[in-house]
Amino acid sequence: MIPGPFAYHRPKSVAEAVAMLADLGPEARPLAGGHSLIPMMKLRLAVPEHLVDLGGLGELKGIKAEGNDIVIGAMTTQHELIADATLAAKLPIIRETALVIADPQVRYVGTIGGNVANGDPGNDMPALMLCLGASYQIAGKGSQRRVPARDFYEGAYMTALSQGEMVTAVRIPVPPAGHGYAYEKLKRKIGDYATAAAAVILTMTQGTVTTCSIGLTNLAETPLLAEDAAKAVIGTSLDAAAVKKAAAAAEAIANPASDNRGPAAYRKKMAGVMTARALQRAKARAK
Amino acid sequence: MAKSHVTLKVNGKPVEALVEPRTLLIHFLREQLNLTGPHIGCDTSHCGACTVDLNGKSVKSCTLFAVQADGGDVLTIEGMAAADGTLHALQEGFREMHGLQCGFCTPGMIVRAHRLLKENPNPSEDEIRMGISGNLCRCTGYQNIVKAIQYAAAKLSGGAFKAAAE
Amino acid sequence: MNDQTPSKEERAERLQGMGCKRKRVEDIRFVQGKGNYVDDMKLPGMLYGDFTRSPYGHARIKKIDATKAKAVSGVLAVLTAADLKPLSLHYMPTLAGDVQAVLAEEKVLFQNQEVAFIIAEDRYVAADAADLVEVEYEELPILVDPFKAMAPGAPVLREDIKDKTEGAHGKRKHYNHIFSWEIGDREATDAAFKKAEVSIKELISYQRVHPCPLETCQCVASFDKIKGELTVWGTFQAPHVIRTVASLISKIPEHKIHIIAPDIGGGFGNKVGAYPGYICAIVASIVTGRPVKWVEDRIENLSTTSFARDYHMTTEIAATKDGKVTGLRVHVLADHGAFDSCADPSKWPAGFFNIVTGSYDFPVAHCAVDGVYTNKAPGGVAYRCSFRVTEAAYCIERAMDILAQKLNMDPAELRMKNLVRKEQFPYQSALGWEYDSGDYHTALQKAMDKVSYKKLREEQKQRQESFKRGETRELMGIGVAFFTEIVGAGPSRNCDILGIAMFDSAEIRIHPTGAVIARMGTKSQGQGHETTYAQIIATELGLPADDIMIEEGNTDTAPYGLGTYGSRSTPTAGAATAMAARKIKAKAQMIAADLLEVSEYDLEWDVDRFQVKGNPERFKTMKELAWAAYNRVPKGLEPGLEAVNYYDPPNMTYPFGAYICVVDVDVDTGVTKVRRFYALDDCGTRINPMIIEGQVHGGLTEAFGIAMGQEIRYDEMGNVTGPTFMDYFMPTAVETPKWETDWTTTPSPHHPIGAKGVGESPNVGGVPCFANAVNDAFKFLGSTHIAMPHDHWRTWTVADKLGLHG
Repeated sequence: MIPGPFAYHRPKSVAEAVAMLADLGPEARPLAGGHSLIPMMKLRLAVPEHLVDLGGLGELKGIKAEGNDIVIGAMTTQHELIADATLAAKLPIIRETALVIADPQVRYVGTIGGNVANGDPGNDMPALMLCLGASYQIAGKGSQRRVPARDFYEGAYMTALSQGEMVTAVRIPVPPAGHGYAYEKLKRKIGDYATAAAAVILTMTQGTVTTCSIGLTNLAETPLLAEDAAKAVIGTSLDAAAVKKAAAAAEAIANPASDNRGPAAYRKKMAGVMTARALQRAKARAK
Repeated sequence: MAKSHVTLKVNGKPVEALVEPRTLLIHFLREQLNLTGPHIGCDTSHCGACTVDLNGKSVKSCTLFAVQADGGDVLTIEGMAAADGTLHALQEGFREMHGLQCGFCTPGMIVRAHRLLKENPNPSEDEIRMGISGNLCRCTGYQNIVKAIQYAAAKLSGGAFKAAAE
Repeated sequence: MNDQTPSKEERAERLQGMGCKRKRVEDIRFVQGKGNYVDDMKLPGMLYGDFTRSPYGHARIKKIDATKAKAVSGVLAVLTAADLKPLSLHYMPTLAGDVQAVLAEEKVLFQNQEVAFIIAEDRYVAADAADLVEVEYEELPILVDPFKAMAPGAPVLREDIKDKTEGAHGKRKHYNHIFSWEIGDREATDAAFKKAEVSIKELISYQRVHPCPLETCQCVASFDKIKGELTVWGTFQAPHVIRTVASLISKIPEHKIHIIAPDIGGGFGNKVGAYPGYICAIVASIVTGRPVKWVEDRIENLSTTSFARDYHMTTEIAATKDGKVTGLRVHVLADHGAFDSCADPSKWPAGFFNIVTGSYDFPVAHCAVDGVYTNKAPGGVAYRCSFRVTEAAYCIERAMDILAQKLNMDPAELRMKNLVRKEQFPYQSALGWEYDSGDYHTALQKAMDKVSYKKLREEQKQRQESFKRGETRELMGIGVAFFTEIVGAGPSRNCDILGIAMFDSAEIRIHPTGAVIARMGTKSQGQGHETTYAQIIATELGLPADDIMIEEGNTDTAPYGLGTYGSRSTPTAGAATAMAARKIKAKAQMIAADLLEVSEYDLEWDVDRFQVKGNPERFKTMKELAWAAYNRVPKGLEPGLEAVNYYDPPNMTYPFGAYICVVDVDVDTGVTKVRRFYALDDCGTRINPMIIEGQVHGGLTEAFGIAMGQEIRYDEMGNVTGPTFMDYFMPTAVETPKWETDWTTTPSPHHPIGAKGVGESPNVGGVPCFANAVNDAFKFLGSTHIAMPHDHWRTWTVADKLGLHG
């Protein structure tokens, strides 16, 4: 219930923040919304010696269009994502997903940066980012680079971030207008991590699927891009047989842990069921 | 560890204090400011008994360090009634509709409902239930809490709430 | 009298007495955040205590080194069993006749067991130091399967009592055995089974859960060295019992111990007994001479301060082929964890489990219970269930459904055929209880009519056909439960806690201006006693409830009581309240007669006054009589107007109810949606309908949590899985169904106001109703019994095993 002691730092710019992270070494952690980190600190599963609070950094806020991309500052909260009109119009899957993350209080504070960057297999946004083909802007002391979400996740709590680096923004290419989308999340109760969840983005032309991507949440140590499942529906009308094939393909790559949500075998099957239901809902929305 | 200096407003009053960086906001409020309205009910940021309003947002004060509230504006249950003691419509509604029993979840529930009604002054029942999904109650089964919030919503928009408490 | 004179009805309404939806007095402080809970307390010089706990479920302690912990700045002391042993406090007696380790001495017996107690200047320092106590353990084999507890060669758990062949309740069959208990006519029951036309047998298990009030267990202990007096503020549902126990184990005389239970944030049975945290805080205060606060966190609460249920009930019913039950036979394996700290009345090691004949007229029955030790948290407590009544109700209600299925009878029809009939009350059950009153058939019929039961069954039939044709992937289930519970412990002839009879008490004093203060031996944790006891007094004495102050929880001022749990407050202290009020009323009548210069027998009571029979314009209100009591009492009477009553109930009370629910199960995910839940409760006289409905809502929500997802589970390594709110299923407002409540009123014939108690009925009846509904959904496919909890993966697995996934 009580965290261990740490030194607290409040940088006034991103440059200062990454310099601190680099200089203070591996015992320094960035503090975004803190709603993954602080609970772990209270259980003493995480005992950082330094916290670098990103709360004051206006540079990391904001949602703006840049060409065909939407760029979201890493410190944008789930609440801000839900409220944003541009996202609602252009990327409605983000709002749908944010609404099933945790609860209203956590959404007021929890950030997209935190949700995508800490490598927790239970977080919902990463699968979405894989599905959307998003990329992450990463800053380090004296460095800037961009890494596609699809190359970012290496294992549970292991990402492409080097020590001293942090995600500053999420860049998402906007899917074509009229795209079908759905985030289908099976959970024990509202706000829980997924027992299994599937994100689907697709486009249809004259009743046939032209593009599709599928991401899976909490079904392995990293979020999964279900490429075979997506391929199985492209060129089809998303009839029952195609959906069944996609579900089977999603199930095939799922490798969940057994936990209090259920045994691995059950969760694996649910990967298929969630994929099927997400495809059906996405189809209903596609124009 | 060296202490940090924090300055903030709490229930409309300026507050200045020295805190350890690791001091959770809930402990700062309860122990240093003697605001024992918000409560601690869990260790994993689920129950919401600690909910306060920070800079216009409902937050779980057990999952924030006091230093993160530096420069901020905090509202707790103790700040809900008017200066002359008149109860807020929510406080009145919770009593009218029997929306509490042991009272432990109540401060967090009321402060959350306050922000909920600011976000959405006329919520449907489903919106209310989603809106309080970060606040657990063991006594009431939520049904009368929903009514209490509906009562307050009606009163705040100048109407009256028809149903009685069960 | 003129048209300005308030009518009788108006006068009654102003009293806000029994039967009205009086708004709660408690709310005024709670909605302003001005409740006074234990952790709100700050005393000068107060210290904090925290525990170092065992990571292992079964291990020998080789060495404890507290050097590093003691070196932390702000730490005053670290207590271990070695420090408590000279005071004989390293073990404490439990309410079940066992002993429980306060701090582990030679071994630990469950994960998170208390090993060391840190005393520090603030809670952050205490937490840091708790992590620095170094303990060397030697792991021992784990025993978590109660069915293996009495196997030859099973790990020896309780070495402290290994050679004791007699326990508190008789012979021990094995070193891991605690007690055997049985009741009923074994011979006659066996005979009934031998000649039964039909019988069913099923292992019905009620999983281990935890009462989990939102406020955890906590206390502040303060020993005054100068006066030799101990004061403890704490989360105590039974403050007087705590005082007596504290005196017996600490040897501090009882009059020098002050126990105060302030506002409590929910109890549900979790806060009845004593825990190591209380004992350590008391010792710490004695040792340091300063107040010591101990507050457990949620993980500690869910994994160490007791548990509930964990009953494995092998259940058999014998019946005729047209559905008349002829016998009931139940054997229970009770898993008590590492220590039997069950909070039952002392003669009842299995609580009132023998209510297991339920609402049905069984001519013969027999039940036997064996308690065993395992490497799990000790207990169990009565989680909103009287004592083991929830287990018994779940057992019989599931079993009746299984029997109905075997007989191909509708479950409601089977119940109607076997419910105890109205004319049979007071009813002697085959397992020894005398049920006070009931009209079961009316209640069940009312429930069935309200939900249009026949139509629901027709709809279900259609949906089953639809499912078979592949048109839907949802299964509809209808759950019926008719429970009888036994509450209000209890008559001194059969109920005592550590030898103290389970009466309860009320003391009422009327002030000269007609205002009242009353104190009871019970202790509300949210049930609204400050509001409802005043309503009883208001009706009995004709004084406005708003002028009546109710106090509970301070052992110096409240008359001795056994506390609040087991829905006993209204049956015992509520009765004492009425009885004390009637003593006052009798004296008031004498004063009135004297003032009005008539004989007492010429007076009649009318709402708030004694009036002269035939001449109602001559009257004295109770308010006037209060004043007179302080200045003009008749010769031979003392001044003042007060009374105390200690009420030894002549019997338990038997609330009952009919619950029906409708669910829709998604076979492809295992998700169950509750479409409708209707609950009819009969608690006898209804003191405050608003509060009753609130209790029912809350209890049904707890039942929902239990039936649909709660469990405290241990793996084979003795690790408790999921003692946090991440995993322990606590429904939010989103999952929680909407509740429909209804009632019938069958007063208790032996209770002064005919009331029975109601707080626990919804947990008793709710769980089997949900369980029966989920089971009912799968019946037509051949399923006979599915164990709780009915969470997603288990329900899906049932569907899978039935071949529903193609």
